[in-house]
Amino acid sequence: MTVLIPAQVREAMLANAYACHPEESCGLLAGPEDGSIRMAYPLTNVLHSHTNYTIDPTEHFRSLKHADREGWDLIGVFHSHPHTQAYPSVTDVRLAVEPDWLYVLVGMERFDDPAIRGFRIRDGEVIEETLSFEPGPSTLAPYPLPTETVPPPPDRRSI
Amino acid sequence: MPATVSIPTVLRPHAGGARRLEAGGATVGEVFDEIARLHPRLGQQLLSAEGGLPVFVNVFVDDEDIRYLEGLATPVGDRTEITILPAVAGG
Repeated sequence: MTVLIPAQVREAMLANAYACHPEESCGLLAGPEDGSIRMAYPLTNVLHSHTNYTIDPTEHFRSLKHADREGWDLIGVFHSHPHTQAYPSVTDVRLAVEPDWLYVLVGMERFDDPAIRGFRIRDGEVIEETLSFEPGPSTLAPYPLPTETVPPPPDRRSI
Repeated sequence: MPATVSIPTVLRPHAGGARRLEAGGATVGEVFDEIARLHPRLGQQLLSAEGGLPVFVNVFVDDEDIRYLEGLATPVGDRTEITILPAVAGG
C-alpha cells in the first residue's frame, strides 16, 4: 500500500528534524479512518537525546484530544535519526507498541538531503511502506536556492 | 455514574475491541481493579505485579496526568474521563 504524505506534513517533519538537530525530533501523525494523513504534531522529546526519544506524555494527550475533536485517530509516529539512515533501530523495533501505526523515519545522514521512509513494525518485524510525497511549494528544499529567485543587484553605474 | 475509560488501539484486543469502557470506583486504582476483573488481560497491562502503574503507561484523569496528582489513589468523580496512553518511544 502506498501512503500519501501531504506536502505540509513532510515540511513539518523536516522542519522539526532540523530544529531539534543534533537531538532526535519526534511527533505524531493523525488522520481519518481511511488511513490518510492529515496532521503532523511535532512534539517534545523529553529525553533531549541524540540517540533516543520519548514523546512528552502531556503533549501526546493534547494531540489525541485535538485529533478526537477533528474525528481523527492517531495513526503514526515520526522521529529523526540525526546522524544515521532512515531505518528503524533495534530500540525502535523493541519499543514499537502500535502494530497498525506508520513509523516514519527522517534519516539525516546527508544533512542537506534527508531521507524520509515509512514502516509498520509488527511483532519485531519491520515492513517498509511506499511513501508518495504530494508535490507542493517547499520552503525547505532544494539546496541551494535556485539562483533565479535571487533579485539581481542594482546597477550602481545608473545611480 | 461510572467513569469512562478510553482504551488505546494497542490494548483494545484485550478489551474485546472496545474503544471505551465504563467502570466504577472511588479512585483510578479501584476503576482499574474493576477493569482487571472484567478484562484480566487488560488488567495485566494496566497494573504492574506490585500493583503500581507500569512505567510505559500514562494515565490522564480528565486533563491531568495522574503522576502529578495522587497516582492510582487519584479520586474519580461522576462522569470522570480516564485516558490510557502507552508511552511512545524509540531510538
